[in-house]
Amino acid sequence: MSLTKNPQIVARRSPGADGEHIITLAALAVGGQGGGVLTNWITAVAEMNGYNAQSTSVAGVAQRTGATIYYIEMCRDTGRKPVFALSPSEGDVDILIAAELMEAGRAITRGFVTPSRTTVIASTHRIPAVKEKVAPGDGRVDGKAVLEAMGIAADHVVAFDMETLAKEAGSVISSSMLGGLAGSGALPFTKESYEDAIKASGRGVEASLRAFNRAYDCATGKEEAPQPVNPQKALSVLTVPAKLQRQWDALQKRLSNLPQDAQELAALGLKKVVDYQDPAYGAEYLDRVERIAVLDAAPFTMTQRAAKYVSRAMCYDDLLRVADLKTRRTRLERVKDEVSVKDDQVLMLTEYFHPRFEEFVTTMPRRLGRRLSKSKRFKSFYTRHFDKGRRIRTDRLGGYLMLYMVSALRPWRRSLLRHESEMEHVSVWFDKVVEIASNDRALAAELLANYRLIKGYSDTHARGLSTFARVMGALELLHGRNDAADWMRRLREAALSDEKGEALDGALKTIA
Amino acid sequence: MAERSFAKEVEKLRLGKGETFSGEGILAITKALLENGVSYVGGYQGSPISHLMDVLADAQSILDELGVHFEASASEATATAMLAASVHYPLRGAVTYKSVVGTNVASDALSNLASGGVTGGSLIIVGEDYGEGSSIMQERTYAFAMKSQVWMLDPRPNLPSIVQSVGQGFELSEASNTPVMLQVHIRSCHVHGSFTASDNKRPAMTVTDALESPKRDLTRIVLPPATYLHEDEKLTKRWPAAEKYILDNNVNEVFGDPAGKIGLIVQGGNYNTVIRALNRLDLANIYGDTTIHILCLNAIYPLCESQILEFCGGKEAVFVIEEGQPNFMEQTIGHMLYQSGSDTKLEGKGLLPLGGELTGQIVLDGLADFLKKHAPGLLPAAKVAHNDPEPEIPDLTKILPPRPPGFCTGCPERPIFAATKLVEQELGHHHIASDIGCHLFSIMPPFDLGATTMGYGLGPASASAFHNENKDGRKSISFVGDGGFWHNGVASSIGNAVFNKNDGVIVIVDNYYSAATGGQDILSSRADNKTKQTKNSITKAVRGMGVKWVRQLDRTYDVTKMRDTLKEALSSEEEGPKVIVASSECMLNKQRRVKPQMAKAIKGGQRVEKPRFGVDEDVCTGDHACMRLSGCPSLSVKDTGDPLRDDPVAAIDQTCVGCGNCGEVADAAVLCPSFYEARVVFNPTTSERRRAKRTSGIMSWLQKRRDANRIVFA
Repeated sequence: MSLTKNPQIVARRSPGADGEHIITLAALAVGGQGGGVLTNWITAVAEMNGYNAQSTSVAGVAQRTGATIYYIEMCRDTGRKPVFALSPSEGDVDILIAAELMEAGRAITRGFVTPSRTTVIASTHRIPAVKEKVAPGDGRVDGKAVLEAMGIAADHVVAFDMETLAKEAGSVISSSMLGGLAGSGALPFTKESYEDAIKASGRGVEASLRAFNRAYDCATGKEEAPQPVNPQKALSVLTVPAKLQRQWDALQKRLSNLPQDAQELAALGLKKVVDYQDPAYGAEYLDRVERIAVLDAAPFTMTQRAAKYVSRAMCYDDLLRVADLKTRRTRLERVKDEVSVKDDQVLMLTEYFHPRFEEFVTTMPRRLGRRLSKSKRFKSFYTRHFDKGRRIRTDRLGGYLMLYMVSALRPWRRSLLRHESEMEHVSVWFDKVVEIASNDRALAAELLANYRLIKGYSDTHARGLSTFARVMGALELLHGRNDAADWMRRLREAALSDEKGEALDGALKTIA
Repeated sequence: MAERSFAKEVEKLRLGKGETFSGEGILAITKALLENGVSYVGGYQGSPISHLMDVLADAQSILDELGVHFEASASEATATAMLAASVHYPLRGAVTYKSVVGTNVASDALSNLASGGVTGGSLIIVGEDYGEGSSIMQERTYAFAMKSQVWMLDPRPNLPSIVQSVGQGFELSEASNTPVMLQVHIRSCHVHGSFTASDNKRPAMTVTDALESPKRDLTRIVLPPATYLHEDEKLTKRWPAAEKYILDNNVNEVFGDPAGKIGLIVQGGNYNTVIRALNRLDLANIYGDTTIHILCLNAIYPLCESQILEFCGGKEAVFVIEEGQPNFMEQTIGHMLYQSGSDTKLEGKGLLPLGGELTGQIVLDGLADFLKKHAPGLLPAAKVAHNDPEPEIPDLTKILPPRPPGFCTGCPERPIFAATKLVEQELGHHHIASDIGCHLFSIMPPFDLGATTMGYGLGPASASAFHNENKDGRKSISFVGDGGFWHNGVASSIGNAVFNKNDGVIVIVDNYYSAATGGQDILSSRADNKTKQTKNSITKAVRGMGVKWVRQLDRTYDVTKMRDTLKEALSSEEEGPKVIVASSECMLNKQRRVKPQMAKAIKGGQRVEKPRFGVDEDVCTGDHACMRLSGCPSLSVKDTGDPLRDDPVAAIDQTCVGCGNCGEVADAAVLCPSFYEARVVFNPTTSERRRAKRTSGIMSWLQKRRDANRIVFA
């Protein structure tokens, strides 16, 4: 819908003879957010306060995850029934409630938020749309623009994370949005009448009231709203067996000789690598990082990238790794916490595995693996008998032991076929980086970051490798250009934006 | 069992004289039917009139008391044909359906009904699914009223007016021996308001009475020469009778000052929007009092010439505010004015967009232009003044992600399309024909499957042209839901494919309900239903139609099996259609059914397993391949907070119902080992608890043993 209003017309509702006037309220929600409940509460509050109220909605797709609008009009009862409109009009909405940040944005683009008129009550949390979720990289939209637009378009804004608040109160967002509305003071009704409406509705009253009251206080500024928490990786505790202490200290020493700016990331990378294999592997890691460091200069971006991506490259995801992660104490605790298992309850845990022929043979010792991978007969034999999904019960001893055994292969990882191919791949990439680093650090830094393109397992992993190869292949085209680094970054971002690689094709074409 | 229980609403149907009914518009209509002594009611569910059907389905006791027969018709054609009961007998009958699509299906019966005419009042309540929130093509039902000459009411969108129009509809129908359409817009159906009820009336004649004393009148039967008589009767008797009733009973309302030099002709359904626009222009107060002369047509077909001309008489300009296209009413009114030699200027679509819903802003702009053009004096100075310069609002249209409706969490149809997508990744793209129903969401991301949708139950029919000359060439794939299958698909899609030896693959998506319309029972529903015969097998029906290649899948969540069955069908040498019946219960309805039972069992100390899925964030590499095969609301992305990682990883929230799609897809597509199923056992048995304790003891010993020899970060 366009925003063009008839410029000549000042189209405001005129009040009744007794000063009574119609209040319009639109609520934009995503299906399943309880917009219907909210609507009923607001209507009830209005009627309790001697108002005529009318609500409309378009049901049907509501619970089927689409964006939906609920609309309410109310007016002080003077004995006559006002003529209420049935849907919100551009420039005619007094109160706009949005149950998600992008829906608030949608309300603005649809003209439901009018300067010096509309009070916006919006939850700032995000529910990523499918379009945002399916990108191979990070397809999520940055909400900043919406928040800014809100500030400009609205007369008064009450915006905070009402979803988190509701969850913390053990309730759902409809209660916290009602609290936001009450707290905004946009409606001439007492806080008590809102609470009465909630009590009258009869289900989950306590929790609803908790969420309502907290949201009310946040809206009135009496309480700090829940802040967006950037998740911090839980600081992991380090346990070093006595016999490995010396090696570990040596690694720490080398770490401290790296450029200051790169040390933090290198420390994390080192942890990751040693945790993945052993201290010797950590030494290999530091070798590579140091090779880059000596070619680098302040602000040592290239070294930081190396610290990050070399660790990722060296910690490729193989069966051993997965088995190891899935059999750790910390992991079981996290699962129990996530699905909240109480002490008097038992947890049944099923893992979904599907090791294909490729995964199997590459987990074999180099020679054997190579021979098996060539043998057609063995392949068909495997496919016939073993290539199927496996459900492994890791809450049972049998299943757990199976994975535990696989993880126990770790000391021999270096001798496995997969390791060989991975290390070949890594060194080709890394040597290229070193070669470039000597005359174009920026470009080298981008080449390092390209390893981001390699992720996933089996087919997804294979796809990642080929995308990586295509992006790296562009080096020829970019050779000697002074905007080479910038191009390399653009190519990578294109590759991450869609799975089919159409964006990348386009980007590659535009280079030459 | 419908999506909602209507127990509360059913009680409202018992309200007596003077009591206040408050609720939805469509429920007010339901009550009004009973107050007007209706003998039988039928219809086919669909937004926005589903609730009428649902509440009556739950109201059997009341209907029995009153001797009213209610039927959930097999289709809109069935419903309309049902009105044949009012041809010879003075029975008041009402049917309802979504329009325009429902009327399309009904039109054969409608023409026959309209030709012979009716004795008893016959009301067709059409839920006009037009404008924002509509789920269908944008057409007007008005054309059907015109071509079959059945009258059409479009009452003002407030409960008293809507209720009144039900009574008027029956009387108009009886006065003119013509079926009457009562058009209600989406929002009128869903508007919450109140009206003063009257007592329910037992029909003067019940369908049983009629059966016991059969009647027949040759002149009412649609067969030449009677048909010629019918046409003449429509024009010479029924039409004038209709106009007479409309005028005598002031079905259309006039507001404002008749002396005004300009006037507005408005559909009842749009009256509120017009009044709001006038109010915003200071030309009406909030109660609708205005000096502007308004003819509000609660009967939009036929238009009473005398009334139109009288209203326009002495006016300089008249503005017809009509929704949708073609602008039939404006054309008719223009014709009337021209023929009467009137010099009143007629305005209409010139000032309004030709098509689309008449939103508040559109009507406001149209009215403002009309007034500026023909009565600038009426536009208050204050209103013509320029706006205070408004701040420039940034354009967000570029960044806002679209949010179309999609499959619910745990939907059994998701894995069917995940499997189809996997087949296409393997065998390349196919021509895919979609149908009406939840499964049509397959055309949206992440699945992007389906090329056409040609109407309810017509998915396979819409692929029938695709006959491949080379036997082992590509086959078409078509989908049809269980609802569409019984509605029309059995003959039009399956029968047609069998008879013409179509080789295509047909997937019948069976989720135990007519799910998209609100979870009503249909022939193949698995639920016990006191008033209906359910549990009729789709597979048997398909075999009965002569299909030789049939596969029944009883767990759609088995993506691997679903994929392999599709591949088998696509590669089958068998002649004729390959039909796959994929059955699993609609999760929305299943949860409604199972949740309370579970809660009760847990309270009662019984052993209950609650499944949920999760993702190991250390194992997930953040490539989101799983989401490209799911789009489940409970499967989303989250940040890890790990500086060594760039992309968000997959995460499953507590809304997960443990349907298993994630894991099955990860397995079938060989994605990754990140997914796990966690079943929390409530009230576990003692031995179970003991075993769990022992196992975890051994596990932690193993863990300690391993950690002793390596540097770990735990």
